[in-house]
Amino acid sequence: MYKSQLIKQTQKQYIQSTRFLSSTCQLLKWNEIPLAPPDKILGITEAYINDSNSKKINLGVGAYRDNQGKPIIFPSVKRAEEILLQKENEKEYTPIIGSKKFQNIVKNFIFNNSGKDANGEQLIKDNRIVTSQTISGTGSLRVIADFLNRFYSNKKILVPKPTWANHVAVFKDAGLDPEFYNYYETSINDLDFENLKKSLINAPNESVVLLHACCHNPTGMDLTSEQWDEVLQIIQDKKFFPLVDMAYQGFASGKPYEDIYLIRKLTKKANENEIPTFALCQSFAKNMGLYGERTGSISIITANSNDSKAVESQLKKLIRPIYSSPPIHGSKIVEIIFEEPGLKDQWLNDLNKVVGRLNTVRSKLYEKLDKSNYNWDHLLKQRGMFVYTGLTPEQVIRLRNEFSVYATEDGRFSISGINDNNVEYLANAINEVIKK
Amino acid sequence: MADSFSNVIELPPDPLFGLKARFNLDKRADKVDLGIGAYRDNNGKPWILPAVKLAEEKLINDPNNNHEYLSISGFEPFLNNAAKVLLGSDSNQLSKVISQQSLSGTGALHLAGVFIKQFYKGNHTIYLSKPTWANHKQIFEYIGFKVENYPYWNNETKSLDLDGFLNSIKSAPNNSVFLLHACAHNPTGLDPTKNQWDLILKELEKKQHLIIFDSAYQGFASGDLEKDAYPIRKAINEEIISSPIIICQSFAKNVGMYGERVGAIHIIPSTKENNEAFNKAVKTQLNRIIRSEISNPPAYGSKIVATILQDSKLYDQWRKDLVTMSSRIIKMRKTLRSKLEELKTPGTWNHITDQTGMFSFTGLTPEMVARLEKSHGIYLVSSGRASVAGLNDNNVDKVAKAIDEVVKYYSKSKL
Repeated sequence: MYKSQLIKQTQKQYIQSTRFLSSTCQLLKWNEIPLAPPDKILGITEAYINDSNSKKINLGVGAYRDNQGKPIIFPSVKRAEEILLQKENEKEYTPIIGSKKFQNIVKNFIFNNSGKDANGEQLIKDNRIVTSQTISGTGSLRVIADFLNRFYSNKKILVPKPTWANHVAVFKDAGLDPEFYNYYETSINDLDFENLKKSLINAPNESVVLLHACCHNPTGMDLTSEQWDEVLQIIQDKKFFPLVDMAYQGFASGKPYEDIYLIRKLTKKANENEIPTFALCQSFAKNMGLYGERTGSISIITANSNDSKAVESQLKKLIRPIYSSPPIHGSKIVEIIFEEPGLKDQWLNDLNKVVGRLNTVRSKLYEKLDKSNYNWDHLLKQRGMFVYTGLTPEQVIRLRNEFSVYATEDGRFSISGINDNNVEYLANAINEVIKK
Repeated sequence: MADSFSNVIELPPDPLFGLKARFNLDKRADKVDLGIGAYRDNNGKPWILPAVKLAEEKLINDPNNNHEYLSISGFEPFLNNAAKVLLGSDSNQLSKVISQQSLSGTGALHLAGVFIKQFYKGNHTIYLSKPTWANHKQIFEYIGFKVENYPYWNNETKSLDLDGFLNSIKSAPNNSVFLLHACAHNPTGLDPTKNQWDLILKELEKKQHLIIFDSAYQGFASGDLEKDAYPIRKAINEEIISSPIIICQSFAKNVGMYGERVGAIHIIPSTKENNEAFNKAVKTQLNRIIRSEISNPPAYGSKIVATILQDSKLYDQWRKDLVTMSSRIIKMRKTLRSKLEELKTPGTWNHITDQTGMFSFTGLTPEMVARLEKSHGIYLVSSGRASVAGLNDNNVDKVAKAIDEVVKYYSKSKL
């Protein structure tokens, strides 16, 4: 009870302060500055922190926790930092779009799949990929949105329903016009592939279309290889510009090289000029645990090397007045991990362990859930950091109020908050709220 | 689709970047780079401050250290202490400051611009000093400001054009936006005296202009944090300015955090009224802007700076490091000036030591700069701005002789 009151109180304060402002701001020569609504996920974390129940569980966080519920530094990252501390002898600015070394690592790792994608290799050889380091995933989405707003023929950007909440905010703020396409159907807890195709076909030609490369956020439900083929055919026919968001490479299988068949298909289509241009936003936030270091990239695949030169020069012009150059700590760690003998294998191993734990916990939760009057099979189809439970907002609020289990009201649970010590408690709580 | 981006035009490279490229290709062993905007030690090498290395060791050995996301506002211990650096730890304004971590100075200026554009009712024309850092104009034009200049550098006297400066403050429409370099003016290195600052602030207050301070070199200019914050502390702590003030702070130069991108924007609310709700609203709106541009700021650099500012031993070391950097630069200024005077190079050279910070506006013409590059392998931007940090005991003699040669060459040819 207390907790839902708390939320109401905050809303009341928000309304009061907004009113208060309109009268005084005149004097201050400022337009009315309304209190911006607090971020939903952060609000949940705050309520979680203030809860005194020792059994409380936070399923709101988008960062990995180990089996003791603690944040970790990947051992490979820790090692890279030790090496960096020893050998770093300057902290100079990188070029506006990051160091050449970082750009090449990203290109080779993602598009050439470290030597396993001949199409990607060809695109790199033909100078058809422009890569810039960015302020992690959000920064790369923002840069490409600004870029498309300036240079692309169409402002319409199609995003899956549902999608990560910040996608819409970023695109709108950059002047694009986001519109949902069907993706997931809550009533069946499954992908709605027929309507997905239909809504894409009905959208205007040459729209931008946002695709989650894998581990769709928030549903965890990805397209199969065959389904991607169908979608890419629509994209090709409709002359869409694909914008791929890849925040969770490696989180599906634990193996970054095996996860991303969408990229393999796109490099092939680009190389054969069927879908000649696309863009890819990528971050090392999750798969290297570099969250707060803000390490990611934007890559734009162009039709030819002349376009690449022009695109690169315009990217620089765009970034220079926003933040001049990207932060170096995270990108230097990435460079060391890819360069230092043995370290990359260690990283792949670290990542595999992280994903392994998530998958283990996922099946443990499934095991303990009461399936007698509720079908939980979708849990096993979903992949990545989250389970999209399909619980109603009312059920989520009951979990919060009666069991101190904190999650967003869309029913998205961050699996990393689950461990051997609390999985039973959580399953029992869920079983309780779904009882008719 | 095949020509999605065929309408995109290729732009020429940044002039400074071109300079660096030419410097790198130059095979002369005794070439000198006076274009760079970063500190170099007496061997011409980049320098990580000893205080920074100590802080990094401390951080990496801290078992509680991690790489989690910071909050949208940034790292609180960093923000609180960064405000103290600006205003002094005894400032009575500290409790009112609204702070948001930014991607160093550029990020702070960008954020200031976006915020003003969205919420300021005054005149959306920003006045920049003539000359100023090249990126200032781009930062504000990108956001949609009209950009005007105020006179600053008098090329004849190689000193401040105070009358011109004051006149533009008076003639600008009320409630315009003025960008002020807090110290170590970039590119001229010329700062107003205390008395001149007092006059400038008084005029700005009369016209109710909105002030943005760009504080990129605090402590780097004189070695003294307090001295370099004079106009900021005067305006805020002594409540000379009644409107809100925005400060864009960077730790790129004074902590040598360049590529780590550590900075903050601080908004000091109006002194006329204490409006809690206004302050809260400002903070949430800054958060909203950050959320849709970068989600949250980079952690590492801000943790390093916070570690230095919170640990008295490291703080003392940092103060020493500031003196090391500034005194080496001041020494190079003196040496260059005295060598030019010994050589009886035509013109006056006192401005080199009157100026502070990373740069000296030498007064050399573009043709002299071109000859320095071609005949002597000395590289600086065509405006005549030289990075004093590029001078050291091994090259200052050569540079003085080269300047002497090009100045005499063109003086003669004119006669």
